[in-house]
Amino acid sequence: MRKIISILLLSIVALGIYLSLTKIPFGVPKSKVGKHYIDEGIKETGAVNIVTSVVLSYRGFDTLGEVTVLFIAATGLAVVLKIGRRKATAVEPASFVLATGCRVLFPLILVFGSYIFIHGHLTPGGGFQGGAIIASAFLLIYLGCRERRINEKAYKSLESLGGLFFVVVGLIGLAVGGYFLLNFLPKGQPYCLLSAGIIPVIYIAIGFKVGSELAGIIDNLIEES
Amino acid sequence: MIFVVMVLVFLMLVGAIAACVFTDLVSAVIAAALVSLIASILFYFLQAPDVAMAEAAIGAALTTAIFIVAIRRTSRYEQ
Repeated sequence: MRKIISILLLSIVALGIYLSLTKIPFGVPKSKVGKHYIDEGIKETGAVNIVTSVVLSYRGFDTLGEVTVLFIAATGLAVVLKIGRRKATAVEPASFVLATGCRVLFPLILVFGSYIFIHGHLTPGGGFQGGAIIASAFLLIYLGCRERRINEKAYKSLESLGGLFFVVVGLIGLAVGGYFLLNFLPKGQPYCLLSAGIIPVIYIAIGFKVGSELAGIIDNLIEES
Repeated sequence: MIFVVMVLVFLMLVGAIAACVFTDLVSAVIAAALVSLIASILFYFLQAPDVAMAEAAIGAALTTAIFIVAIRRTSRYEQ
């Protein structure tokens, strides 16, 4: 009986999705706001990467919410794992090949992640992607060189400072020009590293924040549980 | 080009089905990582390199690691 009801419900949902999708013409621009971003985005924000100009300039406030969600998730995970804390079990050292490989790859991945979030307004990528890449570098450290732990206080404070910096930059915009996250710095020449005003500044803060947050999640999962 | 995409989609389907039917959970997690990896390649083909990067870093690397840590703390085989 339950199976029949679930199959019935699934087919109703599938029918609804099918009917609503067939109404939308494929490959035709549906909203005018997207056309505005493509045509005027570089002129209005100075960021060559249009995705970045939408994420941090036109929809910057939504990004603040997104960062907050990630922060709450990381904090909640840390709290849950701290309550059910177990004694740390002895770890056997990683093999020579794994340890050496991790040591060689770690700085390269770190530099690549930093490149991704520093050049967020010029090339594809940004703070979230760069932060995730940096966190995967720290994952390698946990696989290969278990005796090296990242400092808990360091990543907690880096995470908090990143989030605080984002809000402070937004509030400076509010004080200078009258609305939150106003791009108060000069836009500069497009295609240059120092362009697009506050966008690279905020993306660097987000990169540090997301990187330390995800590395902290990995640290909590591996060490505390 | 369309042939490459078809092969990738087929591999992605195989990975998704494998992730559902494997009783060894480590193998299932690796199959799910394969799905994420191919999804990121397909995002790149669809000219969304931003999404491709996030999918590759989070979906294929970090999620897999978190699942494997969880499996290490519980049991490896499905009952």
